[in-house]
Amino acid sequence: MTLTRPRADRGPDAHADPHADPSAEAHADPHALHGTDARADRRAAARARRGDRFALRDLVREAAAGIDARPGRLFLTILGTVLGIASVVVTVGLAQTAAGQIAAQFDAVSITQATASPRTMTRGGVQQTVAPLPWDADHRAARVAGVEAAGLVAAVDVAGARVTAVPVNDPSQPLPVTPPVFAGTEGLLDAVRGTTTAGRFFDAGHDQRADRVVVLGTRAAERLGISRVDRQPSIFIGDRSYTVIGILDGVARRADLLDAVVLPMGTARTDFALASPDELHLRIAVGAGPVVGEQVPVALNPNSPESVNVQVPPTGSAMRTTIQADLNTIFLALGGVALLIGGLGIANVTLLSVMERVGEIGLRRALGARRRDIGAQFMLESVTVGLLGGLIGAALGVAVVVAASAAQSWTPILDLTIVLGSALGGGVIGLIAGIYPALKAASVEPIAALRGGL
Amino acid sequence: MRLTGALVGRPTDLPGSGVAVADGVTPPVVELREVSRVFPSDPPVHALRPSNLLVHDGDYLSIVGPSGSGKSTLLNLLGLLDRPTSGEYLLDGVPTGTASEAHRSALRGGRIGFVFQQFHLLPHRTVLENVMLATLYSGVPRAERRRRALDALDRVHLTHRLDFKPPLLSGGEKQRVAVARAVVTQPRMLLADEPTGNLDTTNSAGVMALFDELHRDGLTLVVITHDPKVSAHARRRVRIEDGYLREIDR
Repeated sequence: MTLTRPRADRGPDAHADPHADPSAEAHADPHALHGTDARADRRAAARARRGDRFALRDLVREAAAGIDARPGRLFLTILGTVLGIASVVVTVGLAQTAAGQIAAQFDAVSITQATASPRTMTRGGVQQTVAPLPWDADHRAARVAGVEAAGLVAAVDVAGARVTAVPVNDPSQPLPVTPPVFAGTEGLLDAVRGTTTAGRFFDAGHDQRADRVVVLGTRAAERLGISRVDRQPSIFIGDRSYTVIGILDGVARRADLLDAVVLPMGTARTDFALASPDELHLRIAVGAGPVVGEQVPVALNPNSPESVNVQVPPTGSAMRTTIQADLNTIFLALGGVALLIGGLGIANVTLLSVMERVGEIGLRRALGARRRDIGAQFMLESVTVGLLGGLIGAALGVAVVVAASAAQSWTPILDLTIVLGSALGGGVIGLIAGIYPALKAASVEPIAALRGGL
Repeated sequence: MRLTGALVGRPTDLPGSGVAVADGVTPPVVELREVSRVFPSDPPVHALRPSNLLVHDGDYLSIVGPSGSGKSTLLNLLGLLDRPTSGEYLLDGVPTGTASEAHRSALRGGRIGFVFQQFHLLPHRTVLENVMLATLYSGVPRAERRRRALDALDRVHLTHRLDFKPPLLSGGEKQRVAVARAVVTQPRMLLADEPTGNLDTTNSAGVMALFDELHRDGLTLVVITHDPKVSAHARRRVRIEDGYLREIDR
């Protein structure tokens, strides 16, 4: 029975902790009783505010208890936020993962492919090359570190000569369309990642000797009615006959070669007075792009490297970024809508909870809570609910991205800052959603609430 | 029991009471000086006419009156939940009329214990937690909160129900928890609003017996009620009718 005679009992407390009890203050200072000293009044209030009066710890505890009171409702409250945050994480994660896959597919070819061509200038309305590529450009380029294969290609001007399988001049037939004629070096097949479906590609020997052999692109061969080369079929370019030694297919670059007749470079020089090679194709090692771009022009034309145009692959990350930017815009818009709905859900349920707990609010006010104590409690409850939703949503989103990637045998790619940011974003949503309910709670009139019933 | 010269119409001798305080004499717990409350409307509602009231340390006062007579208004004013239109209210000698809202909240938490008709216990918190709730806002040192709450529950004879949640308690037990919550902060005054309004006869008698016990221990009690049986327990009775406050002779 320590409460007998409250006044007598308060004595020791006041000595132990003079700031804790405003009444102790008033007894110690008789001036406070007159109300003439407003400053003393405020000082007493300030002291009362300090100490153990509804400190942060109490606020956190009360907010936690408020959330804990209705687990079923908590689940429904955070559901919107969970789904919203999860959809943001999933969409961003899947966009990043998909972009990673697309970029990886691009990488396989584009990141290892480079070309060099002579710079052109327009002079007097005619495009002219500044300096032609040297005939041995492929051999020169092959010595550059990072270059794995090199091949020259040039369009051959056959001066209107027709390309036919049989030299029959039938005036009754319309002139068939002549397949284009190209000249290439022995490294071309490898440089453009082509394969031969029949026979073989020509080699340096054919080139040097200017042998009259050709390799046909697969569509050109079809048009000329040639499907096998074991019988050494011939075609005619104009009056001259050329032995078909192979059929070309599956090129990753210069797809026009599939429609064309390809001669060795030496043959083209001899028979058609080819002036210079047009383009140098290079297959390079992954990541060698910058080095190749810098060194190949010097190797091809040491005196004026600027006369050589080199196209090297962009760095991988630059490409990935552009692809992701397209995908993310759409997905983020969807996630934003989901989050808006989640925020409205929290605001709605918090407001409902304020209405339900009007009695509790009135009680707390009667027990000495200030308006801001009440507001802070509901604010913290709302933020915590939002944060909880954000954390669960982010975790769920990561799980979905990983599961979807596993199902597709993809490499899941997910920016961790986006995951953590989404979780925190849930807290921000709770913060915004809690403002109105918290203000509403703070403005509850205690007596009306207490008489109204709980 | 001390009485002001008149409860209605005649102001108390203001300088006299001030000197008494300065001399170290205990100030009255409640001192209303010409306090009135008018609600602005057309015509204005005089919920409380200018009234004087002194409640001294250890008093047991009941306020009776029919509904609509101004009991709620008086409760709001006494409980620092509303400000008077005119006059001054000194709680424990501290003027409250011009005090800031934060200071009034602190006074309310520290010096007044409330007991309500509908108990207002938090259903999801245990009995002990409900009692400790009052210590949060009144500045009771953290280390003492639990001990004080246990003491208060001992005082209302509910130490066997510490971990129960309110929905499992009887009405009488609920009101005892509410009383424990009101006295845990060691207030200067217990302000009860229809404390037996929701209780049957047996439980009412139990709560009133508890009030008598608290009164014997020296606590100042102000009970607002319309029940004559409850009012009969009080040492002083004040009647409020049409905004006029009048002491009933014993």
